[in-house]
Order: sequence, then C-alpha cells, then structure tokens
Amino acid sequence: MLPAVIVTDVVKQFGRFAALRGVTAEFAPSRLYAILGDNGAGKTTLLRALAGLTPPTRGSISMLGTTDLRSVCSQLGYMAHPSLLYDEMSGMENLRYFARLYEISDRGQNNEDRCADVIRAVKLDPSLTRPVGQYSQGMRQRMSLARALLNDPKILLLDEPFSNVDVRSAREMVSLLIRLRDAGKTIFVVTHQASLLDGAADEFVWMEAGQIISRTPDLQHQESR
Amino acid sequence: MSSVAGLTRATLAKDLRLEWRSKDAINSMLFFSLLVVVIFSFSFDPTAEESRRIAGGLVWVAFLFAAVVAFNQTWAREMRNQVLDAYRVSPAPPNALFLAKVIGNFIFVTVLQALMTPLFIVFYNLRALGPAYQLPIVAALGTWALVVNGTFFAAMSLRTRSREIMLPLLLFPISIPALLAMVEATGAILTGEFSARFWIVLLAAYDVVFTIASLFLFDLVLQAE
Repeated sequence: MLPAVIVTDVVKQFGRFAALRGVTAEFAPSRLYAILGDNGAGKTTLLRALAGLTPPTRGSISMLGTTDLRSVCSQLGYMAHPSLLYDEMSGMENLRYFARLYEISDRGQNNEDRCADVIRAVKLDPSLTRPVGQYSQGMRQRMSLARALLNDPKILLLDEPFSNVDVRSAREMVSLLIRLRDAGKTIFVVTHQASLLDGAADEFVWMEAGQIISRTPDLQHQESR
Repeated sequence: MSSVAGLTRATLAKDLRLEWRSKDAINSMLFFSLLVVVIFSFSFDPTAEESRRIAGGLVWVAFLFAAVVAFNQTWAREMRNQVLDAYRVSPAPPNALFLAKVIGNFIFVTVLQALMTPLFIVFYNLRALGPAYQLPIVAALGTWALVVNGTFFAAMSLRTRSREIMLPLLLFPISIPALLAMVEATGAILTGEFSARFWIVLLAAYDVVFTIASLFLFDLVLQAE
C-alpha cells in the first residue's frame, strides 16, 4: 500500500532557529498517529508543514501521491490549537461559511445537513444559537474538530484536540477518531495527553529538537527505553 | 469564475454579519470623522469661497484617516483565533477573500461618507458651483482607490509587530496620486473654476492598475508566513 504521507529531509528554519531538522518519515494510510514530544520539539511545526501552512525551508512533503499540497487541500482537515472559528457567529453559522469554502454542496451534499451531521458527531447541538465566543473551551474544541471534519477529509491533522476538554468528552473524541480511522482516514494527533490515545493510536511518533527520534507501537515501549 | 463570485458573496455576507454584530469598524470610523469635522470647524473660520477651495482636501483626508481603522479591523478579525489559517488550508481562491474584503470596506466607507457628507455641508456651508453630478463619480472612484490599496497593505502588514503604524507608512505614500486626483476633482466641482475630467480619468486609471496588481499579488501576501 502506498504511503499517505512521505516527508523527506524536511528542515524548517525560523531565522537562526531550526524548528525541524531533517525530518524523514513515511506514514501509511488509514492509521492513527500520535505525535508526541516536549514543548519546542517541532510537533506543531511539522503539522503546519503537512497542512501547507508552513512551507519547509528544505526538503519535500508528498501527500496522497503529490508534492503540490495546494492540489490536495480539499482532502485535508486541519484543527489548530486556536479554534479557527469566528467568536461572533454561532457554530452552525461558522460551519455554513466554511462549507461554502469547500463547496460541499457541489459534491452532491446539502450544506445544512453536512454541517448538522458533523456538529452532532462531536456531540454538540446544531440548533445552538449563541456565538462561539460564549462557548466553554471544551465546546469550542469540539466545534473546531467539527470544522476540520466538514469536508470529509482523507487526512486529518489535529493539534492538541484534547486540551481543555473534560475526560469524558476527550474519550468520546478518541472514539470518534477511531471510527474515522476505521473508515479509512489517516489521522495525525499532536498531543501532550498521550495516555488518551493508548490503545487507540497505531503508532506513537516521538519528536525531540526538531527530529523524529523514534516510532513505537505503544506508549510503554518508548517509556521503557 | 462562478466559484470566485460565489465565495466572494459568501465571505462578504460573513463580514457584513460580523460587522453588524460588533460594529467595531463603523463606530470607530464615525467617531474619528466626527472629531475631524468638529475640530476643523473650530480651528478655521473660512468664508464660503474659501470652504469650497479647501473642502476637497479636508473631506478626503478625514475619510482616508478614518478608513485606515476599517482596513485594520477587517484583517484583525481574521487573525483572532487564527481564522485566516482555516481559509489558507481550504481550496477557496485567495482572490475571493480579497475581493470580499475590498467590497466590504467599500460599503463601510461609503456608509461613512453618506453619514458625514451632510455634516460637512452644514459645517462648511458647501455648495457645488460646478457639475454636481460628477461628485458621486469622484466619491466612488476615490473610495475604491483608497479601499483597494488599504485592504491590500493592511493584509501585508498583518503579521508585522506594529501593524497600526506600518499600514499608514505603506498606504499613504502610494495613495498620493489618487489623493491628489480626488482633492483636485472635488475642488474643481465645488468651485466650478476648471474641469474635473482629467482628474476623474486619472483616478479611474489608478483604480484599474491597482485593482489588477493587488489581485495578482494577493496570493503571495496571503501565503506569506
């Protein structure tokens, strides 16, 4: 099976600081990857590079068989640490707008139905009319995940999806990610709450100082090293 | 093309909704212009003849300074929660975003002009001695010139540390030819001493050149880190 993502010798410099230092890796499709590491290890930079938001200084990224990431952006779902939502609009209004950007209705699906479906998938109420700015942090995180799922992406890039989410909601999010993985999506989750993905992630990718230092099938494997 | 038009409409509708709810830009612009009118009316005590000569400069400088507030606001709202990244990872064309912002700002500045012009007329005892039908043409072309450049340079200074300072530094010098044309054309119409035709043509040419250049370059600005 062809890899869904191939990262080849990717370097990202911010001035003199190298956030990524020659990252090379292949990631198979339909798998859930947990990307772990200390603060400043380069996890978010790697995720942003995969999303096409931070072009590498050197090296290349191939996604779904092409290095032209712009051409596959409709196949990507990206959830960042900030919510990427307008605080003054309700969840449904936000998603309606983003559905237009992805031209969901042109794919034969009704915008309203799709928006309501993804909101329900993250266990929120589509009829909620209050603005996102008045949501709790956990609700905002879940709505942000709903936005990332809106275009039914083949590759999901999630940065800290469980931060500020209560344990029960976080477990529900993990269950959703497992279902999405089983449905054929390739998922990358940057997190500091690795234990939530124990038994769920197919692989744990450990980063340190801008490099991937190991890839392990479970958490214990790395911790015992 | 239909996709650009549709996405421009969707983004414009979203921006108008956000402005309607927050009233950030319009309130600041109104307050600023009102201050300019009042302060200038106390500072000078011109005769009707003198008013007609200086009104062009006075009106356009007030609108230019007030519009800067709207230009900054329009992008600041995209930077909150990093919503701009959601647009950048989507397949939506950058031009649709730029056009929507330009049209939105054009509407805001036009509303400001509609509200402030009667005040200028009353405070400065203005009456057009030339062809008054040319005033709306000058207003539309002049506003478009300010708005196209203002929106473009506000996007350019978006990620700079002191963007409130950076925008006037970039915008004012490049707006000088347009500002000169607006002031001269308005003065010509109010005094009736000479034809405004040359300045109107110059303004139209300026609009065409800068609109095309901005549309071509906006993708680079949007994708810049």
